[in-house]
Amino acid sequence: MLIDNVLFYVFAALVLGGGILTITRRNAVHSAVSLIVSLLGVAGLYLLQQAEFLFAVQIVLYVGGIMVLFLFVIMLVNLDQAAKERQFNRQWLVALAAVAAVALEVGFFLYRGRDAFHIAEAVPALLPPGLGNTEVVADSLFSEYLLPFEVASLLLLVAVVGSVIMAKKRI
Amino acid sequence: MHPIPTVNYLVLSAALLLIGTVGVLTRRNVVIILMSIELILNAVNINLIAFSRSLPLVEGHANVGGQVFAIFVITDAVAEAAVGLGILIALFRNKETVLADEIDLLKW
Repeated sequence: MLIDNVLFYVFAALVLGGGILTITRRNAVHSAVSLIVSLLGVAGLYLLQQAEFLFAVQIVLYVGGIMVLFLFVIMLVNLDQAAKERQFNRQWLVALAAVAAVALEVGFFLYRGRDAFHIAEAVPALLPPGLGNTEVVADSLFSEYLLPFEVASLLLLVAVVGSVIMAKKRI
Repeated sequence: MHPIPTVNYLVLSAALLLIGTVGVLTRRNVVIILMSIELILNAVNINLIAFSRSLPLVEGHANVGGQVFAIFVITDAVAEAAVGLGILIALFRNKETVLADEIDLLKW
């Protein structure tokens, strides 16, 4: 289907363009807005892969939660001074060389192995009759992955307590 | 039928991972370093969802293991952002800077 292909490339352009803008903008607020564009592109890719629940989670949690947190912190710490200074550190050339080496490696791997990844094309998302993606994910999450789920809740508790203690003036 | 091959998603995910890595390694601003980490985690999620489709079916139905793991990755991203931004606020209160290479107390 042509429309799927077009949508894939549109979302891919959003993801990569947003990502590149995120790491090159001088102003942190512009970076945050570019990151939102990138995250929305990823959400579109989820929808293209028929992961509707993750699409909703991505928008509500990432765009609505994490990015608002980022914007609040950008407003809390005064970044006007930082925007005027040098944006990249002194090792940027070494870093780019290292990343280029990794890119070559990954690119070579994907080029040589591209025939091994053909399975997914043929498999449509078969859902049980009468159930949507959310029900199936919930089923799997609360039966097969119950222990990791509980561990994740503990992780969130630790993160909440930790961030409150970090941001407190005096403990 | 899904017309887009998995390898397209893998290439996209690898590109996003590399962009995020460049951001982490070259930027001075800690806020933007944290944003780059979010980019890397999203690259992981794209991979997980793409591979989730090629898992064998369970009782004739789609296997959503990859989607469940993507949920756990998002949980991690939330925890990391909350703690990281908390540390950033504490740091800004003590050192009045958000530039990573000015925080060099442990540097010899």
